[in-house]
This record gives sequence, structure tokens and C-alpha cells, in this order.
Amino acid sequence: MKKIALSAVSSIAIMAASSAMAGPKAEVLHYWTSGGEAKSVAVLQEEFAANGGTWTDMPVAGGGGDAAMTALRARVLSGNAPTAVQLKGPAIQEWYEEGVLTDISAVAEAEGWADVLPASIAAHMQCDGTWCAAPVNVHRIDWIWANAEILSANGIAMPTTWDEFNAAAVKLQAAGIIPLAHGGQAWQDATVFEAVALGLGGADFFQKAFVDLDKDTLTSDTMVAVFDQMRTLRGYVDPNFSGRDWNLATAMVMNGEAAFQVMGDWAKGEFLAAGKVPGEDFLCASTPGEGFLYNVDSFAMFDVKGDDNEAGQALLAKLIVGKNFQEVFNLNKGSIPARVDVGLEAFDSCAHTSSADMNASSESGSLLPSYAHGMALRGAQSGAITDVVTAHFNSDMSSSDAVQMLADAVANSY
Amino acid sequence: MSDWLEDHLPKVVLAPSFVAVLIFVYGFIGWTAWVSLTRSKLLPKYDIEGIIQYQKLFAAPRWDTAMNNLFIFGALFIGIAMILGLLLAILLDQKIRVEGVIRTIYLYPMALSMIVTGTAWKWILNPGLGVQSMVQGWGFENFKFDWLVNPDYAIYTVVLAGLWQSSGFVMALFLAGLRSVDEEIIKAAQVDGIPTWRIYSAIILPSMAPIFLSAFIVLAHLAIKSFDLVIALTGGGPGYATDLPATYMYAMAFSRGDIGQAASSAMVMMLVVFTIVVPYLYSELRAKND
Repeated sequence: MKKIALSAVSSIAIMAASSAMAGPKAEVLHYWTSGGEAKSVAVLQEEFAANGGTWTDMPVAGGGGDAAMTALRARVLSGNAPTAVQLKGPAIQEWYEEGVLTDISAVAEAEGWADVLPASIAAHMQCDGTWCAAPVNVHRIDWIWANAEILSANGIAMPTTWDEFNAAAVKLQAAGIIPLAHGGQAWQDATVFEAVALGLGGADFFQKAFVDLDKDTLTSDTMVAVFDQMRTLRGYVDPNFSGRDWNLATAMVMNGEAAFQVMGDWAKGEFLAAGKVPGEDFLCASTPGEGFLYNVDSFAMFDVKGDDNEAGQALLAKLIVGKNFQEVFNLNKGSIPARVDVGLEAFDSCAHTSSADMNASSESGSLLPSYAHGMALRGAQSGAITDVVTAHFNSDMSSSDAVQMLADAVANSY
Repeated sequence: MSDWLEDHLPKVVLAPSFVAVLIFVYGFIGWTAWVSLTRSKLLPKYDIEGIIQYQKLFAAPRWDTAMNNLFIFGALFIGIAMILGLLLAILLDQKIRVEGVIRTIYLYPMALSMIVTGTAWKWILNPGLGVQSMVQGWGFENFKFDWLVNPDYAIYTVVLAGLWQSSGFVMALFLAGLRSVDEEIIKAAQVDGIPTWRIYSAIILPSMAPIFLSAFIVLAHLAIKSFDLVIALTGGGPGYATDLPATYMYAMAFSRGDIGQAASSAMVMMLVVFTIVVPYLYSELRAKND
């Protein structure tokens, strides 16, 4: 009798506990830990709580996500994956192939994601035809930032071709101004390189070279010309650029030490934080040439057990792509919403340019994934290309040697 | 029971650490060797594919650079640190005043972590901020010292910072060795009128052979596992000009999601360590048996 009573009590206790815990739950692994980014995550966290969810934050700082990926690997290997993880580009597919991602197509279809996301961005969020990740924002990579005062003082307009850029740089050098602010870290070399490749080669060339890894394109004359332009640009940076952080290079443009910087739109955050006004103190334009290189942050959904976790996952996915979060988050982060139907009244002029260009490029087929920021290729392949780019930029290697090395490195990276 | 315990107590006490070493050192070496034979990418896989990762490794120009750098850095770092340490020790050994103070000054860098050393030297060697701009500021406009940002010379700045860090430690080691040489023999030699340099080269230094060996082993280890110094000083750059095997392995394992490649580079690094340590162990063990 006592036993029965005990088990009855305990089963009631369990029921009570489970009904109290039945709300949506999510453990979210991300590496947005710096000021503006943390504020952006807090927005999502509040919205999640407002919808009755319990959020477990798992921020892992540092290393552009390297540390977070190490933490993720440990969690997945121990069979205890977080609900949602900040992942992007082909890394989503790589994790899918490890068989640990879950299908969130139900949410995506109910919310009509396919209608509000540009097709090429939507493709990154799909694994074998099912939805497995939710996009947060779109960063544009192929930006060129300029100090407005220097340009007007020297009678220079924003360059629309790389030849114009070179002419402007020569003029600036003669005036004793550093033409190009650059940080000599491998990923920054790669950022400039892909902007040059898109500008000189166009969208088809970029697609074939850095998405399809076509050998003939990698060793083509156009690629030689891209490396030639990189060598020319090397002459326009100050001798002290090695190992400099990107935000210090941005500061050089801000302070009038240098005229231009090629960097993604997070550089805008630095300008704005310093109280500079776009169009007056600094200028933004796409780098010379047609096209749009994107870097889309997203959350991949991992396989989790339990109704409350699955409910949390669905709620999280819905909120991430929801209009409100897309607007608030991107205002904080400096990027633009991934969905195209969010009003941009609150955004600045650079973001308007970015959004208009994204839509136009999506129509014309020149909306392309950034290779330098891990959107186009898997880690091993993009790393192999970056090695060649940075080796060429930091030595006196000839462009023809560089393209040969590029083809070899890509072939060696599978 | 108590007899048995008395006989076996050392084994019982040592057993847990022995098991731990067996699993966590040798077990994981074996695991790494296994993974290095697979096509592991993001997560380790266990289907053996052969030596493909090693072929890729040896075909990678970046690995070539890393290995070359290891040999340049290793040879210069070990060689110069030993010579410098020995010279400092001999000079300190001349019964000078305030020896304690000087010894502390030279030994002090060892108390700093390699990260601090690397960061400090990064500013000192930066052409726009450090030595070069200072000397140019004195009026020597043509003075140039831009090794840190020159891909051909950057690895030598790593040697420089490493030497600053470790020479004092080698000095302390040698000083202890010098002090342990029998005073009587030295006095006898001095009575015979043998010059000081001959006393050092013929009597003192030869009797310090074991100390040389210890210093070499310690420095060789520091050189091969050197990672934090490069990360803090140059970040592997310019380009990948100052990459070492350890930074290569880290990049593959943690930035590129290429675990197979990282495992194979780790195995090659371990073989390099073995080529240094095994002869040493062999000579040590043989000496015990004689």
C-alpha cells in the first residue's frame, strides 16, 4: 500500500514537473559576444521569452567562431547537441552530412520563407530539399569605404572600375596619402581578392572559380589579371600593414590617413560608432564591377529530443525569420535583413544601397556567396585558396605562378 | 594481507597514474594515428583510407613553409640560446658584485608567458611604432628594421623574441652547472698556471656535458611546441611566412574543419620529437645499465 502511494505521489510529481516545463525550450550556441552583437542576441532572447519560451544561452567567445565550433564538436560527439547553433554556408551542409541536423520545413512552409528570401540565400538554408537552418541577416562583402574629405580635396570620384581606382591611387600617393587602408591578415587579403575577382571577371567567372572550382577558370587569363591587380594593390598599402586588425584599417580611413578600404559592411559600424555620417564624412559604394557578394549569418537546427525542445526549435526558427527580429537585429549589427519584405525606413543610406543591389543582383543572377567568409566553399577548399592568395600578396610571386599554385592547392584540398 | 600490501604498495599507488598515462597519452597517440589514416573532416571518422592525408600534407606548400620554419627556428633558437646562456653564465661566474640582482634580471623574462613576450616584441619590432621609427626619429632617416613585416625575415623575429625569453633560463641552468664543478680541481689548475680560458674549455665545460644535454632537450621541446609565441608575435604572417607545424595543425583542426589533415600533421610533429628524444632516452638508459 505504501509502495503504491509512493509511486502515485512520484508520478504526480513527474506530471506536475513536466506540465510546468512543457513550454518551448531552446539552448542556443552562438559566438556573438561583442557589444553590438550581444545586444542583437538579447533582442531574440527577449522575444523568445515573451512567447513563453525558456532560453538557455551558450555563448562561446573568440576566434571568429573557431572556439564555438570546437564546443559544438564536443557536444555533438557526446550525443548532446544544442537546439540551435550559429552556422553558415556550406558548414550547414557539412553538419547535415554528419546526420545531426533536423528538418524545420513545417515552420518554413507555414511562414512562407521561400517567398520572402532571395533564392540563392534560401538554397543555403536547405539540406536535400528540406529546410534545416534559418537566416538572420545579409552582410555585403564587396564594399569600398572612402574618406569623403580626402576624395573631394583631391578631386576624386568613387571609382567604378579597378582602372579608375588605380588612377585615383596614383594621384593620392603623389599627394602623400595612403591610397588603401588594409590589414594584412589572411582573411582580409582574401576579402580584397574576391572583390577584385568579381570586379574583373564578373559573376559567371566568380561562380565558376570559387563555387564550382573549375580548373580552367582557376588558371585562366582573367585569374592572372586578378592576381596582377592584387600585386598593384600591394603597392598602394602602407608598409606597416602586416597583421593589422580590420578596425584599425577602418580607423585610418576615418582619421584621414588613408583614402579607401575594401571591407564588409561591419566597417560601417565603426564609422557610425565614431559619430560619422554616411554620405558626408564617409562614402560607401560597391567595389568596382557588377554583382553582390553576401555573407549570411544563420542558425542551424540540430536534432533534439523532447516535445518542449522541438517546440522551442520551431518557435526560435519562426522568430529568427520574423519581420520584427530581422529589423531590430540588423539595425544593431549593421547588416540588412535576409527577407526582402522588411521596411528599411529606419536603416541608413548604405543599407538602402545594399538592399537595392541585393534585389537587383538576385534578379540578374549575380547574387553570389562570398568565398572569403565561408559561404561558397567548405573550410578545406576555401582555406587552400586563401593560403595561395595571402602567399602571393605577401611575397614577390608572379601571377602565373600564383594561378598554378591555386589550381594545385584546390586539387589537393579534397 | 599486510605483507602483501607492503610488497605491492608502490604498484598500487602508481597504478592509477599508470593507467591514466596509458590511456590519455599513448591511447590518444594511437587514436590520432588512426584518424590520420581516414578522410575525417568535421568529425572524426574511422574508415581507414590509407596514407592520403600524408600525401596531401607533403604536397601542401604551407606545410613546407612550416617545416622549414621549424628547422630555421629550432636550429637558431637552440644554438644561440645555449651559446648566449653559456656566455652569460661564465661572465656571471666571475665572482662579481650584485650577482643576485643581475641573475634575477636575466632570468626574469622566463617568468613571462610567451603570449606576453610575443605581444611586447610585436610592438617593439613594429616598423611604424617600435625600434625603426624611434631610430628614424633620432634623425637616421634611412635606418630600416622591418623584419616583422618582411616575409623573408619574419621568422628571425620569432627567434629573437624566443631568445630573449629563454636565454636567461639557460644561463641559470649553466650557472648551476658551473658552480657544481669541483673547486679543488680548478684551484689545482690555477696553481699550475693554466690560463682561465683553458680551465673552462678543458676542465669545466667537459664536466658539464649532462647539463648541455638537459638544456638541449628543454629548448628543443620549447621550439617544437612553439605556438603561442608565433600567434602573439606575427599571427603566422605575413601571409603564412611564420607558420610552424603547431600553428598549421591548429588551423586545420579548429579553423578549417579538416581533422584528418590535422591528425597527420600532429603525427609528423610527434615523429620529429621522437627523433630528438629517443636517442636521448637510449643514451640515458644505456648509461644506467653499464
